[in-house]
Amino acid sequence: MTAMTAPDKRDNAPILSVRDLKVHFPIPGKGPFAKDRPLKAVDGVNFDLFPGETLGVVGESGCGKSTLGRAILQLIAPSGGQVAWLGKDIVGIPHRDMQPLRRDLQIIFQDPLASLNPRMTIGEIIAEPLVTHKPELGKDEIKTRVKRMMARVGLLPQMINRYPHEFSGGQCQRIGIARAMILEPKLIVCDEPVSALDVSIQAQIVNLLQELQREFDLSLIFISHDLSIVRHICHRIMVLYLGNVMELADRDSIYAAPRHPYTKALISAVPIPDPEIERNKERIVLTGDLPSPLSPPSGCVFRTRCPFAQEKCATDVPTIDRVSETQEVACHFHDSI
Amino acid sequence: MMNKSEKTALLQSAGATKEIEGRSLWRDARIRLFRNKAAVGSMIILGIITLLAIIAPLLSPYAYDQIDWGYIQEGPNWENGHIFGTDGNGRDLFVRVLYGARVSLAVGLLATAVSLIIGVTYGAIAGYFGGKIDSIMMRFVDVLYSLPFMFFVIMLMVVFGRNIFLIFVALGAVEWLTMARIVRGQTLSLRRREFIEAAHATGVSNFKIIFRHVIPNVLGPVIVYMTLTIPQVILTESFLSFLGLGVQEPLTSWGVLISEGAKVIEASTWMLIYPAVFLALTLFCFNFIGDGLRDALDPKDR
Amino acid sequence: MTTNHILTVENLSTRFQTPDGEVEAVNNVNFHIDPGETLGVVGESGSGKTQIFLSLMGLLAKNGTSTGSVRYKDKEILNLRSRDLNKIRGVSMSMIFQDPMTSLNPFLKISRQMTEVLVEHRGMSEADALKRAIAMLDRVGIPGAAQRVHMYPHEFSGGMRQRVMIAMALLCDPEVLIADEPTTALDVTVQAQILDLLRDLQKDFNTATVMITHDLGVVAGLCDRVMVMYGGRVVETGTVRDIFYDSHHPYTEGLLKSMPRIDRANEDSMFAIPGQPPNLQNLPTGCAYQERCGYVMDRCCVERPLLKGFGDGRASACFREDGQ
Ligand SMILES: Nc1ncnc2c1ncn2[C@@H]1O[C@H](COP(=O)(O)OP(=O)(O)OP(=O)(O)O)[C@@H](O)[C@H]1O
Ligand SMILES: Nc1ncnc2c1ncn2[C@@H]1O[C@H](COP(=O)(O)OP(=O)(O)OP(=O)(O)O)[C@@H](O)[C@H]1O
Ligand code: SF4
Ligand code: SF4
Ligand SMILES: [Mg+2]
Ligand SMILES: [Mg+2]
Repeated sequence: MTAMTAPDKRDNAPILSVRDLKVHFPIPGKGPFAKDRPLKAVDGVNFDLFPGETLGVVGESGCGKSTLGRAILQLIAPSGGQVAWLGKDIVGIPHRDMQPLRRDLQIIFQDPLASLNPRMTIGEIIAEPLVTHKPELGKDEIKTRVKRMMARVGLLPQMINRYPHEFSGGQCQRIGIARAMILEPKLIVCDEPVSALDVSIQAQIVNLLQELQREFDLSLIFISHDLSIVRHICHRIMVLYLGNVMELADRDSIYAAPRHPYTKALISAVPIPDPEIERNKERIVLTGDLPSPLSPPSGCVFRTRCPFAQEKCATDVPTIDRVSETQEVACHFHDSI
Repeated sequence: MMNKSEKTALLQSAGATKEIEGRSLWRDARIRLFRNKAAVGSMIILGIITLLAIIAPLLSPYAYDQIDWGYIQEGPNWENGHIFGTDGNGRDLFVRVLYGARVSLAVGLLATAVSLIIGVTYGAIAGYFGGKIDSIMMRFVDVLYSLPFMFFVIMLMVVFGRNIFLIFVALGAVEWLTMARIVRGQTLSLRRREFIEAAHATGVSNFKIIFRHVIPNVLGPVIVYMTLTIPQVILTESFLSFLGLGVQEPLTSWGVLISEGAKVIEASTWMLIYPAVFLALTLFCFNFIGDGLRDALDPKDR
Repeated sequence: MTTNHILTVENLSTRFQTPDGEVEAVNNVNFHIDPGETLGVVGESGSGKTQIFLSLMGLLAKNGTSTGSVRYKDKEILNLRSRDLNKIRGVSMSMIFQDPMTSLNPFLKISRQMTEVLVEHRGMSEADALKRAIAMLDRVGIPGAAQRVHMYPHEFSGGMRQRVMIAMALLCDPEVLIADEPTTALDVTVQAQILDLLRDLQKDFNTATVMITHDLGVVAGLCDRVMVMYGGRVVETGTVRDIFYDSHHPYTEGLLKSMPRIDRANEDSMFAIPGQPPNLQNLPTGCAYQERCGYVMDRCCVERPLLKGFGDGRASACFREDGQ
């Protein structure tokens, strides 16, 4: 437990502060003269991230998790809000100024094979960030560093001349991690890094990420739809629904005492690999599907599926309330349910 | 545990000495290509034709423009060395067919190379940047497409005279349009792939992303299209020659030879048949190689 | 031999010819299913789970061949001509897949795709067939089924499509329903809905169900018996309680331990099975799990452990129990 309880770094300044971040995609209207409609993929997200901390981002497919991750790294231009990296807003700064910052910001993707260029050897793939940011290093030095990093992530260094298709999914994910780690960045956005892997391999990758985090004091944004993995690796967890934050709390609070109806439903829906517990547990089964993000419900976006929805929910957008030192909830009735 | 530690020890000792060579996708494709009999046969035939064309002067006592007054428009004859016969000017047809091969193959290869360089760069840039840049660049291609290019080439020939260099440029300029469209389509779908995004996230410049990540991955369909462009260019050149706009006498190409042969088809069939056979054989070979490459480069289709 | 098994599989092996050699995707698999029972099939990606059931449905890829015996009730159905197989396939035995879009025709209305089967196999009139289709869509929880039945597949959400697939699979009252990762592509909240639905349907229809999945949580909640696959072979079978509370095979044990759990605060690091899944094209001699097994002995590397029963339908393929 000791190593996993949120690092006592709150006194430090956050390395990343996201304020009211919005990403709206223009969707062409139907018909030749219709106006574009905004698809609010991310709609006003706030959070801070501290050094050495892992923030989990969970939610259903299409709730804006990947978009949020990409907007933080400025791979998608946000439509509004601020992303302060080490205290400095990086939204809309010129390309030239962004480039040097990228050495501290990396990303790992869900599909391990698709995130590696099939025509490059893994040595070239892992070396690419070095070649880009430290062109002054000699060939031999680069190769030494690549091999060292390969060994660190659990790949045999003599595989340096092999191609991605010669590796299994788990190994490809290690290559992706090696590429992300080679510049020793401060923040890695992990976009569902283990979702495509077998259960027996997931644990290997999660352990590797945790080891690297401790070794390099990394901050991670861990995007996932698997709440069990998130419980394991994250210090704090943010629950998204249709681009809005429903709940943001530290790990122990959110699993022990979720306050938002959606968080409760999400947690209760995860099957537990234990027949006794799984068959006897209390279940909150949500009805219906995710509404279209093009026409989200008025008021509280969750109200169409919320078992506790009342009239007020259709008219008033709930504000995020701090219910304890470490827990924030966006629901009108979080006290009574 | 013994087995495992043994294995790791083995692997480590191997690692100390040697890096394992990878099997690139290109190598896989090459292996698959060489399993394809039609493609291999075609490559051999094309190789022979190319070789013959290169060493043509050594094979025959006659030069391509040398007039043998004794044998004007005579049929094939092994005794006098005119194995394919002679043409209406008494020039040895065998040598002329091989010299024609030089010109035809050179036009095919060079014009295709021109179209390749322009088309791939243009298409990759349009597809990669997308949006407005893409719209403008592709509209330009559409406009060029709609021009009657054959007519344009003919005009050029008439104005500037028959010039082999002009033929290369003109044909290349026509063919790159399709190449650009193919590459752009491939690039558009590549652009969303995670490895491109990873390069972005690392801060690799657009220029390097295009040349390091995009182009090597669109090369598969490009190569296939290229093998199909070469015969098309050869045919177009033949057509121009047939119209009398091809290379200048006494230089020749297959198209020129065929057009001369066609005029005397009743009296001297050989003058048509030999160049025609060479042309047809070459076209077939390129098509077989193209098919073989398509299968080899698309492993799903095994 | 008369049994009350609906489906009996004996010595089923499936091989694929590929340019790089033969792939032994399924090796000597034996199992049976009784009416009303749910069999869970778990295992790593590529362990042969799907191919077992594609083999017995006669849906293998062209380069694959199967040997052994598959009996539906008392009738041998392996390698039947597809004309004969069609009398069983989709009627007495149905299969649903992970991606519903692959088995729904995007150009035909749902109504058309559903009534076709009924008209053909049950000799129903179009009108009756439509009524039954609507009733079935209603049963699987599609709101406004009477209108929705006339829509195209792309007009449904992922969860809805999976419901449509289930409705289609149940149209002819099959005795066996094979579900190949039916919820893997769905969100947890929708997965919970679908699992609830499957549980309910099973009570109502008493269908024997095969649940192929890699999620042990799904197995824990839904299955009666479990079959664990590794490297193309069955390595352990038993009741769901046996498997979860008293597993014998090291792979099963490792799999259970490496499963992250939402109901537990975790220790420092997760338990992980070391190494990579085996490559079916060149399996090691001996036990396929040897390179990752914590109990590996000399014998494991030379001899292949056979699936050995030890009472009450339990079996495990491992030398550890033999005590050398
Ligand atoms: N480039 C784009 N143009 C238009 N809409 C987009 C674009 N990218 C994403 N969207 C939309 O934005 C919403 C959020 O997408 P996003 O990919 O962030 O979801 P996600 O939470 O990562 O889902 P998943 O779990 O499926 O990965 C979705 O409705 C998606 O359709
Ligand atoms: N047409 C084919 N040709 C060659 N090999 C094949 C073919 N189809 C399947 N295989 C191989 O058979 C093995 C078993 O595949 P199968 O689809 O049964 O795996 P699975 O257990 O269902 O895995 P997953 O969880 O990924 O669905 C795999 O290793 C696969 O590579
Ligand atoms: S605000 Fe209303 S609809 Fe939204 S979660 Fe709370 S109770 Fe449910
Ligand atoms: S047979 Fe040996 S290697 Fe295989 S699972 Fe049993 S102990 Fe492990
Ligand atoms: Mg995503
Ligand atoms: Mg499968």
